[in-house]
Amino acid sequence: MNLSMKWLKEFVALDPMPMRDFTEAVTISGSKVEEYHTEGTDIDKVVVGRVLSITPHPDSDHLLICSVDVGEIEPVQIVTGAQNLKENDLVPAALHGSTLPNGVKIKKGKLRGVESFGMLCSLSELGLTLNDFPYAIENGIFVLQEDCKPGDPIQQAIGLDDTQVEFEITSNRPDCFSVIGLAREVAATFQKPLTLHTPVVKGGHGSGKELLDVAIEASDLCSAYCARIVKNVRVKPSPRWMRERLRVMGVRPINNIVDITNYVMLEYGQPMHAFDLRFVEQGNIRVRRAKAGESITTLDGVERKLNESNLVIADAAKPVAVAGVMGGEYSGIMDDTTTIVFESACFDAVSVRLTAKALGMRTDASSRFEKGLDPNNCLPALERACELVELLDAGDVLDDVMMDGTIEVQPRRIPLEADWINRFLGCELSAAQMEEILGRIGCRLDGDTVVVPTFRPDLQHKADIAEEIARFYGYNNIPSQSLPGGAQGKFSARQRFDSAVSSAMLALGLSEITTYSFISPKYYDKIRMPVDSPLRRSVVISNPLGEDTSMMRTVALPSMMEILAKNYNNRNAAAALFEPAREYLPTEPDKLPVERKVLIAGLYGNDADFFTLKGIVEDLLERVGVTGWDIAAASEEFSYHPGRCAVLTIDGERLGVLGEIHPQVQENYGIGERVYSFTLDLDLMFRCAQTEKHYTPLPKFPAVTRDLALICSDEIPVRDLQKAIVRGAGKLLESVRLFDVYKGEQIEAGKKSVAFSLVLRSGEGTLNEEATSSVMKKVFQELEKIGALLRS
Amino acid sequence: MKQQLEAIRDSAVKELAQAKGQQVLETLRVKYLGKKGELTSILKQMGGLSAEERPVIGQLANQVRSLIEEELTKRASELKDQVVQARLEQEKLDVTLPGKHHELGAKHPLSIVLDEIKEIFVGMGFEIVDGPEVEYDYYNFEALNIPKNHPARDTQDTFYINDNIVLRTQTSPVQVRVMEKTQPPIRIISPGRVYRSDAVDATHSPLFHQIEGLVVDKGITFANLKDTLETFVKRLYGEDSVVRFRPHHFPFTEPSAEVDVQCFNCHGEGCRLCKGEGWIEILGCGMVHPKVLSNCGIDPEVYSGFALGMGLERVVMRRYNIDDLRLFYENDIRFLKQF
Repeated sequence: MNLSMKWLKEFVALDPMPMRDFTEAVTISGSKVEEYHTEGTDIDKVVVGRVLSITPHPDSDHLLICSVDVGEIEPVQIVTGAQNLKENDLVPAALHGSTLPNGVKIKKGKLRGVESFGMLCSLSELGLTLNDFPYAIENGIFVLQEDCKPGDPIQQAIGLDDTQVEFEITSNRPDCFSVIGLAREVAATFQKPLTLHTPVVKGGHGSGKELLDVAIEASDLCSAYCARIVKNVRVKPSPRWMRERLRVMGVRPINNIVDITNYVMLEYGQPMHAFDLRFVEQGNIRVRRAKAGESITTLDGVERKLNESNLVIADAAKPVAVAGVMGGEYSGIMDDTTTIVFESACFDAVSVRLTAKALGMRTDASSRFEKGLDPNNCLPALERACELVELLDAGDVLDDVMMDGTIEVQPRRIPLEADWINRFLGCELSAAQMEEILGRIGCRLDGDTVVVPTFRPDLQHKADIAEEIARFYGYNNIPSQSLPGGAQGKFSARQRFDSAVSSAMLALGLSEITTYSFISPKYYDKIRMPVDSPLRRSVVISNPLGEDTSMMRTVALPSMMEILAKNYNNRNAAAALFEPAREYLPTEPDKLPVERKVLIAGLYGNDADFFTLKGIVEDLLERVGVTGWDIAAASEEFSYHPGRCAVLTIDGERLGVLGEIHPQVQENYGIGERVYSFTLDLDLMFRCAQTEKHYTPLPKFPAVTRDLALICSDEIPVRDLQKAIVRGAGKLLESVRLFDVYKGEQIEAGKKSVAFSLVLRSGEGTLNEEATSSVMKKVFQELEKIGALLRS
Repeated sequence: MKQQLEAIRDSAVKELAQAKGQQVLETLRVKYLGKKGELTSILKQMGGLSAEERPVIGQLANQVRSLIEEELTKRASELKDQVVQARLEQEKLDVTLPGKHHELGAKHPLSIVLDEIKEIFVGMGFEIVDGPEVEYDYYNFEALNIPKNHPARDTQDTFYINDNIVLRTQTSPVQVRVMEKTQPPIRIISPGRVYRSDAVDATHSPLFHQIEGLVVDKGITFANLKDTLETFVKRLYGEDSVVRFRPHHFPFTEPSAEVDVQCFNCHGEGCRLCKGEGWIEILGCGMVHPKVLSNCGIDPEVYSGFALGMGLERVVMRRYNIDDLRLFYENDIRFLKQF
């Protein structure tokens, strides 16, 4: 919402002060200033000039040499190309060293050999349009018809010296979408009286009742409707003061009638509408729901289909306006319009909002109505419009106001609980102080009850009253007081676990990423998810921004792949990344999905291979206390290389998957390197984690080391050999470490040689040769059972 | 014999002084002090001496032995020093060569700052609570005093799953869930992802992070709210931060406020960083609306509370001078490694 400072001062007599102080003060009291701009500050050394003489340029058939009186002793010579000048014209003259809007600098110079000491300006060169000065011409010098004299600064001559202040108005304050509403806030802020004007209409041009009948049929959607007729309309430009104010408020001046409706809307916050009475069939105005199949061509020339949820203003036959949104094409003011009807009404906020949204046209009027307007404002606004018609001599106002509905509603009453307010805010104000503050914003005290003016629909509860008092007492004047003690803050076990997981990943050299949790359905194809996979069933967004963000992922892998691809495309030679991510698994249609937390990692480059990845998983699980997991080859994981993929389980539950990404997937993402990835179920990890550590005494007796070279079928996984060793060695085994796997020349085809190093230790004494041999014998027996023999 | 002993002594001292290497030293030790060494063979002849001479020569012999032993130790130590010295000289490094690195991962900048914010609140007695991102319309809006068709819904362009389920536009629904389940005192923050239908550009993203806080107890006042947020801002931005509270409107709080911190760059004068305002808006807050408390089954006549909320991305962007929000979600490793 823009505000003209000149207009504001009509309602509040402000002491002179720098704009910065003004904006600061009103911002702190709750009317936030976004920015302000004083007109004409981008113009410098442009003055009114009087053309003394015009002579043709000796070397040009289109240039003219003007001698211009700019209020100095000597006239200045300015060459111009414009053809609309005559002697004695008053014109804007940009002198040598002047500045025009958009930072244009004017300097003296020569045009075809003749010296020119400046430039005569057109409207557009001053940043103005024909709407600001309808008497000017578009292509040519702006010939001033203003009361001014040579040498006057142009800003002063044409009224380009107002300040526009842009406010952020919150949705609870429809009253502040008006000059009067903002003036009330300003007056309260600076503790100045608010001077309001009561419109007076002379009328006396006959009865309106005979020409028009109004009735509200849909009383649930329209609480009040009033109208008044103006005949002998004289359409012409509005006076300069009105055009200036509209311009500063950001509204384009059109003609006196349109300008009056806009002016009243800005001043009172009440949208107005003007119909041409000729097009109101049978002089009947009915405020009703649209009928199925009805349509209307609105002022913007678009035909709009209506339905029963839309409120319309109709005549005896058809809708003539979409209530509170926009008028029909015939309702506008035309050149041959003679009699008009001004409408001022109060429509239901939700209805206007939904209609404007459904029809896709949000207007100045609809945006005000949808916040909920004051029914008591309808009649004064209508009277103000008619008063302005008379003031501008824009037509003859008839006598009657035709109305229906409740033009006057009773104000709301809220008990003033001074003690509660003080306790709630943490301050100590007297009831008298509170009353004084409430008085500033138009509230009245009736005994212990606050009578809330009808233009403040937002004040409903004692907490709202507390806010008003706090605002004008000053939020920053309320003392700060620390919270009562006794609260114990802490991170939960799960939060500490998640944080330990992240720390471990960082220490293992992976960097953390943050990805979008929505994806495109195409991403499932990219990761080779079968078309019948249940994981394709996703939570779908009904109004997505685009396909790329149209559903919630059921697997985190596509998000990771996107980021790896982005890094690869950005020519990063290697990347190792992880994300604690959520996967969203749908349940029933009207239930929330399960949001599963997983840890996903992905890497390429730096000579990484499957075992780099597996090492990370092993280190991570050990670090965060997840033990007792099992691993098995998995060839059915659709996104992974069938020969380089494994599934981890713990007590039969799937803990996660790790492996090399399928070459096809890698290609789908355009990554020219092998990609490795794992996904672990964080919820399960947490459930299984042994986060408490226990001390084991350091060994007192020396260990015995035995190396073991085995030969077995290539089909036997090393994990099985290792399990056999563990079974055989029993509790004396301290550790077993694989140190070689060999296939080749000295080994029979289809077999491999595997070498382990075992460390045996007893807590009770030094192991002698006999004990060691007995353990090893059991180890050999276990190995033999699965087909592994000692290599001779 | 005396001359013989003196001769041995002189020759031993001379030879030891010239000895190079531990090997030579050992040979000399055997030569003079060994079982068949020169000194020993002299001493074997002591039996032929007179009773007067024996102690004199004996004493001399002992002196010679200790002298040789001393010289041996001394020389051995000298030689060892020489070896060490030679090694140290040989092993000189160009210490300006780069160090060997173990690759460490980098935490995402959003996590770095979020962790810091969590620590601050935990230090002030808050707990951290999590909730669903796909949420019922009721928790995201209605319980928070934003009924269907409320104009406030316009400003939070919502992604809908269906009429009753949305992607949460704020983390406040977590607060509602906590209030439904827990009787006061409540002191929580709920950080997390939120979704709004904003097209991606340098300052907008359809997904971003919020941190919201809630305190409910008997006798909680606006003055408590002010103190808590002032403390938070000082912990986050430094003890000399200047804070102001400015009235605003949120449907779920009353009174509502926005909190500005004085521009660090211009100290309130107005500069490009703060768009000439002198202040930078950092969070929204207010006293929990009594209707919201009742919606959640908490009696507003007995309890009161305050709530606060802030966007994480903006805090992080300001912290590191990041000018494009998209960088957070592009995750280029060269970006991540800067933090």
